[in-house]
Amino acid sequence: MTFPLYRPGDDPGPDFAELLRRIGATPVDPGQPVPEVTHGTTVVALRYADGVIMAGDRRATSGNLISHRTMEKVFPADRHSGVAIAGAAGPAVEMVQLFQLQLEHYEKIEGVELSLEGKANQLSLMVRNNLPAAMQGLMVVPLFAGYDLRRRVGRLFQYDITGGRYEESDFAATGSGRLHAGTVVKLGYRDGIERGEALDLAISALFQAADEDSATGGPDLVRGIYPMMATITAEGFDRIEEDEVAERFRRLVDRLSTPESTTSIGTAPTMDGRFGS
Amino acid sequence: MTLPFYVSPEQMMKDRADFARKNIARGRPLVAATYSDGILLCAENPSSRLRKISEIYDRIAFAGVGKYNEFDQLRIAGIRAADLRGYAYSREDVDARSLANNYAQILGQIFTHEPKPMEVEILVAEVGSVPEEDRLFHLLYDGTVIDEGPFSVLGGEVDAIAERLRERYVEGDDERSVLRHATAALAGPERSLDAGDLEVAVLGRRDSRRAFRRLDKAALASLLA
Repeated sequence: MTFPLYRPGDDPGPDFAELLRRIGATPVDPGQPVPEVTHGTTVVALRYADGVIMAGDRRATSGNLISHRTMEKVFPADRHSGVAIAGAAGPAVEMVQLFQLQLEHYEKIEGVELSLEGKANQLSLMVRNNLPAAMQGLMVVPLFAGYDLRRRVGRLFQYDITGGRYEESDFAATGSGRLHAGTVVKLGYRDGIERGEALDLAISALFQAADEDSATGGPDLVRGIYPMMATITAEGFDRIEEDEVAERFRRLVDRLSTPESTTSIGTAPTMDGRFGS
Repeated sequence: MTLPFYVSPEQMMKDRADFARKNIARGRPLVAATYSDGILLCAENPSSRLRKISEIYDRIAFAGVGKYNEFDQLRIAGIRAADLRGYAYSREDVDARSLANNYAQILGQIFTHEPKPMEVEILVAEVGSVPEEDRLFHLLYDGTVIDEGPFSVLGGEVDAIAERLRERYVEGDDERSVLRHATAALAGPERSLDAGDLEVAVLGRRDSRRAFRRLDKAALASLLA
C-alpha cells in the first residue's frame, strides 16, 4: 500500500469511497444472478419525543433455512446517527462499514461533522452504487436515522434500491417483514410518543412481523436472543440493554397470551370454532 | 550547451537543511507530554480554525509546525493511510510506528529530490493502555525520526522550551498540572499565555474507541485558572 499523498489538483478530498477507487478497490458487479445468499430481514425505525428508535430482528436466512440467529442489523453510523439494514447480508454489512468509515473520514479531514442531510445523501450514493449488484439479487435496503443537532429533532430516511431517498415524518420499515411491522407501528403511532411506549410499539411490530413472516425472527426465549434496539437522541446513539428488551418482550407475550386477548395468537381454532363445521 | 555549476552534496544538503530550519524556527512552537491519563498536545495558536493538532485514528494524533499547507497535506495523507489500513486489515493493525515510517520516507524523499524541502516538523503521538506504551515520534524536515518521551517539543527555541519543561515535568502528572507546565514552558519567563492563545487536545487513555478530544476555550480557561 503506497502512502496516499496527492498533489493539489489530484486530491480526492474527504471522500473515502473515491480514495478506495483511486487505489483500485471498486464495488463488485457480479455480472450474473447470484445464487442464494444470506439475507437479513426486518428493521423498523420510528420517531419519538426525544429522537428516534431503531430496532431489528436477529435472524438471517438463506432460502428457507435459518443461517444466523444472532445477526445484528442496527449499527451506529456515528455519534448521532444510526443505520439499519435489510437485504443481502454480505454487501449490507460491507456498506455499513464503509458508511461508518466515510463519516469518520470526512469528520477527521474536514475537522467538522457532515450535516445529517449530508450523511443521508452519502448513504443514498452508496445504495445507488450497489444497483448493478442489486439487479443480480444482492439487494441492500437500509434505513438511516439520526438526531439533527442543528434542527434539534430526530429524523429518519428510507431508501429504495436505486438510491432513492425518502424522508419519513413518523416511522419506516424495511425488509421482508416490513408490511406487517409497518402496519403495527402505523396503528399504534401518535405524535410525541414517549420512550417506553415507543419501544413497546417497535417490539410489538417485530413480534407481529415474526408471527407472519417466516424470515423474521421473533424473541428466542430458549436461547435468550432478543431483537436489537437503540435510541438516538441529543446525547447520541445508545444501544438498549438486552435485559430491558427481554423484559418488554415478556410483558408483551404475557399480554398476548391472556384469555381475553383479542389477537389470533392465543389458542388454535378448533373444528367447531370460528371456521364453522 | 551550458553545464550547471557544480555544488557539492554536502553544501546542497546543508543549504536545504538551513533553509528548512530557519523557516520552521520562525513559527510558533508546540509541546506534547504524556501524563497519567493520556497524552497532552499543546500548541501556541491564536486561530481556532486553522489547526496544528488533529486526530488521525482511534488512538493516534498528529501535530505539525512550520508551513501550514505542507503539514496539513501530511496530516490528510496520514488520515488516509490509517483509514485505508484499518479498512483493509483491522482497527488494531493501525499503529503510530508504521505511520511515522511512512512520513519519514516521504519527508526524506522530498528533502533530497524535490526543488525545496518541506518546511515542517511533525509529531505522531499514540496513547497506550499504560504510560510506558505511549509513543511520541518526532519527525524532522529531512525525514529523521526521533522516538521521544515522556515529552517532545517542536518548532523554534526547542532547547530552551525543553529545558523549562524538564524543570517542571513530573511523571504521573494529572491533566491540569501537565497543561500548566506545558503552557509555562511555551511562554517562558517574560510572558504568559492564556486560553485564547492556545490550541490543546488530549489523547485520553481510558476514553472509548476514539481517544482524541479537543479542549475548548472554556475548558482550557478553567484548567488554567
